Amino acid sequence: MRRWLGILLVLVSCAASAHKPSDSYLTLKVDGARVDGQWDIALRDLDFAIGLDGNDDGAITWGELKARQGNVAAYALARLKIASGGAACPPQATGHLVDHHSDGAYAVLQFVAVCPDRIETLKVSYGLLFDVDPQHKGLLRLEAGGRTATGIFSPDKPTLELKLGEVSRLSQFVEYGEHGVWHIWIGYDHILFLLSLLLPAVLLRTRRHWEPVATFGEGFWDVFRIVTSFTVAHSVTLSLAALGVIQLPSRLVESAIAASVLLAALNNVFLLVIGRRWLVAFAFGLIHGFGFASVLADLGLPREALLLALVGFNVGVEVGQLVIVSGFLPLAYALRRTWLYQKLLLIGGSLIIAAVAASWMAERILDIKFLPF
Amino acid sequence: MRRLVDRLGIPGCVRIPFRRMPSSLIQSLRLLVGLAACLGLGVAVAAPFQPADDSVVLERLPFRASDPVQRELRLLREQLAENPRNEEVALRAARSYYRLALAEGDPRYVGYAQAALGHWWNEKEPPVRLLVMRATLRQYLHDFEGALEDLGQALEREPGNGSARFQRAIIHIVRADYPKARADCENSQGLVADVMADACVATVDSFTGKAREAYERLRETLARHPAATPTQRLWVLSRIAEVAYRLGRAEEADRYFREALALGIEDNYLLATYAEFLLDEQRYKDAVTLLEGRERSDVLLVRLALAEKALGLPEAREHEQIIRARFDAARLRGDKLHLQDEARFTLYFLERPREAIALARENYQTQREPSDARMLMEAALAARDPGAAKPALDWFYSSGHEDIYIRRVAEALRRLPP
Repeated sequence: MRRWLGILLVLVSCAASAHKPSDSYLTLKVDGARVDGQWDIALRDLDFAIGLDGNDDGAITWGELKARQGNVAAYALARLKIASGGAACPPQATGHLVDHHSDGAYAVLQFVAVCPDRIETLKVSYGLLFDVDPQHKGLLRLEAGGRTATGIFSPDKPTLELKLGEVSRLSQFVEYGEHGVWHIWIGYDHILFLLSLLLPAVLLRTRRHWEPVATFGEGFWDVFRIVTSFTVAHSVTLSLAALGVIQLPSRLVESAIAASVLLAALNNVFLLVIGRRWLVAFAFGLIHGFGFASVLADLGLPREALLLALVGFNVGVEVGQLVIVSGFLPLAYALRRTWLYQKLLLIGGSLIIAAVAASWMAERILDIKFLPF
Repeated sequence: MRRLVDRLGIPGCVRIPFRRMPSSLIQSLRLLVGLAACLGLGVAVAAPFQPADDSVVLERLPFRASDPVQRELRLLREQLAENPRNEEVALRAARSYYRLALAEGDPRYVGYAQAALGHWWNEKEPPVRLLVMRATLRQYLHDFEGALEDLGQALEREPGNGSARFQRAIIHIVRADYPKARADCENSQGLVADVMADACVATVDSFTGKAREAYERLRETLARHPAATPTQRLWVLSRIAEVAYRLGRAEEADRYFREALALGIEDNYLLATYAEFLLDEQRYKDAVTLLEGRERSDVLLVRLALAEKALGLPEAREHEQIIRARFDAARLRGDKLHLQDEARFTLYFLERPREAIALARENYQTQREPSDARMLMEAALAARDPGAAKPALDWFYSSGHEDIYIRRVAEALRRLPP
């Protein structure tokens, strides 16, 4: 009962919407020569300007708003001028919805404006409601090439000019590349998987013993095959997932990644696959690719630069991987003859990795958390 | 957000009674809409939607279009559209909208009032009565410099304008410019009602080291004018209650606050001050009782949430979400008037003293009422950083301002190692 009382109280308090000055929320998404717009305008303001309450009962219904949609679009869009490079891009209404902001209900006007050429500088002139309420403000949010800019229109500043130009391809590429590097660095599961496969690379299995490789070249080519096949595999699934061709539930993917680490580590102790570890790298790399894709999805992909971001992120992941490998290989080569490497690092390290991976697996399958990383 | 100066506005202003009386059916539909809004508050970006049915009520208007006041206002606006230079009509429209703003606590009406003044809003020398109206609106919008300039010009051209004189006295009080405030109060004698002029002088004195004496004089003034209008009584009673509050005479303050409330005039500022008093006195239950159902006002909602938190009520968490959404909306608009309350909320509700100091400090750069100084000091005390409160402490010790709550904080700050 007390619970219900609580919920009722919230209802009441929320229904009494706050008093705040009049604002509209204008979102413009720029893609090439096209602008997709969404404009949230308070119903109270529209009623004051053009009248919405058809039956004069003090309440605006969806039916009343629908009946006036044409007028709303005509009134609002006549007060918004979008231009690029001196040429006007007249906005056309495409949809009418409703939304709630902290102070009440808003009409959501969706529109499209197409400019003659690719937009470099967008000039937006705003004149909504300024004549009837000079305290009104238009709050602009501009999204272009994965970046967001904001601005405020007021009677003193009704026009904003926004340069999009070189939110450049290069800086975008670099930005996603950095994300890729960062992700491999903080993605312990990927690192441990790779290390599990790389640990035996400077050794050869002969009968029941590990023998150090004779030349650096031998170790190098083994590492090269493993890293390359891992890379090729995860690039394939990363691209497929990022482009929406295949979608897998993330709990499944994350659990499978943990399993891959566990198996790769145990393989160093119990020796299931010895010579063709690059095949293991390829097979499990496919799964790791889905893991990378979920990170990329969280970052948000710019529609007009999808491929660019995808390649950038992937290159970043490779660079991160190369840094790890180039640190690992010389060190492992130098230590390969020692007991420290053959027993402690290879067997002990693999067992530790296996233990960590087993915990991850339990965490991810059961959806609980007990490791701090 | 409304502060002292909003309440102290135009003397003798007639308030329009609250006229929102939705039918129960509409009210329940409205609750459904509210639920949708509530659910939307949890996520950063609410998603636009298409209502399921034509009969869904999306919004309740404060007035019907056929409401007599609205009809008259529409008529005035039509007349203005035909002849924007009609002084009489412009002034009537601006005044009516300003009264609505005060009664409803809705800043949209101030925008409408400004629109009624049309091109006079930007003119150098509009007619005096329009100039005074412009000053009133500027004051509401916290453009104190602009308001003082307008009132100065109005008084130069028409020294006997009581309304301009009284308004200027109030702005000087708020800006702690007491010598100028006192001069304007004295000069308003004979130009505004005696009770207001006398109370004006006593109010100034209450800030300048003569609080006890001023307190007695305010009470005498009220007793001497039994015929004062309810609005005038509200003004004087509020001042008496505040002086008693600052002097630490809790019982008397409580009595006068309640006497002022009993006049039945909706007054956000009075409610906010009384709520602060109740919080200071740790009377959290009384604060909740006072503020329940008034969540529409940001100022009152913050104080309600603080009382609910102190009592451990479950509503505190729901209100926290709403308050955050409102502060976010204000920040988006570039509005800084909410900073004192955001600092209060951050310090006492979220318990993050360092962030509260940053907010209180930013606030103190533009807002310098005693309550702004107190906020900065309390944040600094909680963070044990007396240096952060230096400007507020300097003001307190040089002004001779009497307020036992501020004194307590100031002394606690001084006892901290630097």
